[in-house]
Amino acid sequence: MLDSKIPEGPIENKWLNYQIKAKLINPANKKALSIIVVGSGLSGAGSAATLAELGYHVKCFYYQDSARRAHSIAAQGGINAAKNYQHDGDSVWRMFYDTLKGGDFRSREANVYRLAELSAPLIDHFVQQGVPFAREYGGVLANRSFGGVQVQRTFYTRGQTGQQLLLAAYSQLYKMKKAKKVELFPRHEMLDLVVIDGKAKGIIARNLVTGQLKRFVADAVVLATGGYSRVFRLSTLAIGCNASAIWKAHKRGAYFAAPSFTQIHPTALPQTSEAQSKLTLMSESLRNDGRIWVPKKKGDNRNTNDIPEEERDYYLERRYPNFGNLAPRDIASRAAKERIDKGYGVGQLKNAVYLDFRHAIKQFGMHTIKDRYSNLFEMYKKITGVDAYQEPMQISPAAHFSMGGLWVDYELMTTIQGLYAIGECNFSDHGANRLGANSLLQASIDGYFILPNTINNYLANTLNEMRPTLEHPEFDNVQKEIEQQIAKLLSINGNKTVDHFHRELGKIMWQECAMSRNKQGLEKAIVQIKDLKRDFWKNVKVTGSDKEMNTELEKALRLADFIELGILMCTDALQREESCGAHFREEYQTKDGEAMRVDHRFSYVSAWEYNNGNFKLHKEQLEFEYVKPSVRSYK
Amino acid sequence: MKVTFKIWRQENAKTKGDFKSYEVYDLTKDMSFLEALDHLNELLVERDEKTIAFEYDCREGICGQCCLFINGRAHGPHSNMTTCQLHMRSFKDGETIVVEPWRATAFPVIKDLVIDRSSLDRIIEQGGYINAKTGTAPEANAILISKSIADKAMDAAACIGCGACVATCKNSSAALFTSAKINHLNSLPQGHQEASTRVLKMARQMELEGFGSCTFTGACEVECPEHISIINIAEMNVRRLKAKWFE
Repeated sequence: MLDSKIPEGPIENKWLNYQIKAKLINPANKKALSIIVVGSGLSGAGSAATLAELGYHVKCFYYQDSARRAHSIAAQGGINAAKNYQHDGDSVWRMFYDTLKGGDFRSREANVYRLAELSAPLIDHFVQQGVPFAREYGGVLANRSFGGVQVQRTFYTRGQTGQQLLLAAYSQLYKMKKAKKVELFPRHEMLDLVVIDGKAKGIIARNLVTGQLKRFVADAVVLATGGYSRVFRLSTLAIGCNASAIWKAHKRGAYFAAPSFTQIHPTALPQTSEAQSKLTLMSESLRNDGRIWVPKKKGDNRNTNDIPEEERDYYLERRYPNFGNLAPRDIASRAAKERIDKGYGVGQLKNAVYLDFRHAIKQFGMHTIKDRYSNLFEMYKKITGVDAYQEPMQISPAAHFSMGGLWVDYELMTTIQGLYAIGECNFSDHGANRLGANSLLQASIDGYFILPNTINNYLANTLNEMRPTLEHPEFDNVQKEIEQQIAKLLSINGNKTVDHFHRELGKIMWQECAMSRNKQGLEKAIVQIKDLKRDFWKNVKVTGSDKEMNTELEKALRLADFIELGILMCTDALQREESCGAHFREEYQTKDGEAMRVDHRFSYVSAWEYNNGNFKLHKEQLEFEYVKPSVRSYK
Repeated sequence: MKVTFKIWRQENAKTKGDFKSYEVYDLTKDMSFLEALDHLNELLVERDEKTIAFEYDCREGICGQCCLFINGRAHGPHSNMTTCQLHMRSFKDGETIVVEPWRATAFPVIKDLVIDRSSLDRIIEQGGYINAKTGTAPEANAILISKSIADKAMDAAACIGCGACVATCKNSSAALFTSAKINHLNSLPQGHQEASTRVLKMARQMELEGFGSCTFTGACEVECPEHISIINIAEMNVRRLKAKWFE
């Protein structure tokens, strides 16, 4: 039975009630406890620094050369907080409601409320750390709007909000390194989790420079390894982002929740060739001032600026007059797909729509638009060679955020005792669709505020336990498995590259398990991915050795896990016979093409247990005490 | 299009390196430079050779991990751009492209085109932060910061830590990098308390790591992907002198 450990009391008091009852550990004892944090992004670095401040001994691992490279850095638009600085009717309650509704009522009320509740102090925290948020002339903090809400609650630092928040967390991490409370392990990749007597007690990591496998023991393990949309290969994620840590944890007993809930971002740059490795995101904040349209005439080949106003179809404003260009991401992406599929797409491969700033420039002046978005326009020009001040941007939907991830309870603990998952790699607050500017928020709050106040409740019980040694037989077993897998990959010596298999996996996943899904397609995809898996383990070719820096081997190890995850994602999408948020099953839609939830059958979180290559479903029933799930309309 | 890559190959930190040439035929103008190297690596795998190690992660110009010296320039032929934002349309068909790692005493080569830039992290470690614990912050709007100061702090804070400023500098100076972080924090009221110790400690560490001195050639700001201005270095020097004399 899944126990989400929701505390008692009215929703406003639950977090307080939790903290009052949680076990505390005195400072002298904290020194004796050690915690492994995997990942140095906003949640990983934030938690590692904060746990170290509390007195624990922390080890932090990341595959990049510096903690400052983690992909939180790429978040552009902003971070939400219920400060109500704009005096526009915002409140913790309103933010709670927006987030719950934005997630199409597939997340836990208590978690979402806590997210909104802790958002305001988080802004205080980041200001204190020196984050140079945008300001008004009078010196107060500025705000802007983001998709799916009608208030202005987004704080930002130009189009580089993730960068500034991550650098704040990274610098705090180094502050604690200097204090000798944190040990950092750059260029180290966790290859497996070590579970002893049902408790997470360590990891085995590979030094990516020497290839050496190393064992690390701790009293608790925290995974902060981010999202897994690289399963689609082409995505907005960094090339190194991977699912391996959470997948290995899943295979060791952690349930995987809602794996198929993947957000497709509406405003990325379109794919132009087969060799492409990445789809660059253009911040959703651009939709504040940009208007999205396609020509009313199919295959209109005129110069963009020559198409007169009356021949442009501003389809988001037409379909969703209340939210217009600021409709939530899942809805905006599906609407773009609908137009593109019907033949109205623009650009070289007819796979894009326009995002146009000429009205905004006319209304607010070039200066204001440059002040708001100059770095995004500059980035656009570098990549495409086009000046978006003169003609509209071309944008297209791309795989982006993983709402799914390891199932966690209210304490952010997985189904393995002592194993925590924080930030994007868990399934918690976003339900079936994440609202813009809520990602930095969740990562930060998990890392800075929640985990440091819940991990003590578990660690207090381990104080009297003997910590296993690195010679424990379970470490031997796990290391042997890793060595065998690596030896196998290097010995196949087939005729296809790792990238070849990744492209194939990406095509299957994008075709059948992305914006729109159906039974037949998903069943086919599962068969195809299983075939691909067999082909991979028979015909992949990896050159070089395991005792050196070998990026091909790194890619192969990550892809092996992505392939297996792909099967689970399709299994999950197939089982959920409803449409909700980003999960759109073609069989379940209204007459005008909107998602149709089936609450009486699917008002639960799907948590999958790994069982020797098969997956067993467990259900966490969602109880809605405060908000009655309604039809999610943005019309 | 066809190009010849002349690429620095070096087995590891202890061995000597050398250039090796690779002809690549089926490239397109729309490919990014790093995608062209991906493509070359796939060809190498097919030919049973070891792939070329090079750095990248976000591939959208913000993480700062990519760092190639291309035809004698940090991040390639354009100013103010990262390697991952460079596309093959910037090269001529048939061109020979020389690709090297960044050369600086403080950036030792790890393998092929991969270098160790942990020296930059160690500069940050000396004071590139505000000493305040999680949970101790006052209300955000309690301290007003004028828009011009916030904007100025942001201009400096935008540094992505790629190290192009060091790679392009004839003295291998990290003054632009170091000054950017110092000025970001020291210009904000939250950073005032530790302003003097920050500038002294960070600048000292910069010297200890083996970075050279700044002689104001201005080469760094030409390559900086975030357009960080050389004025930051002058400001750092003033702050450092003030800290030395008065604190």
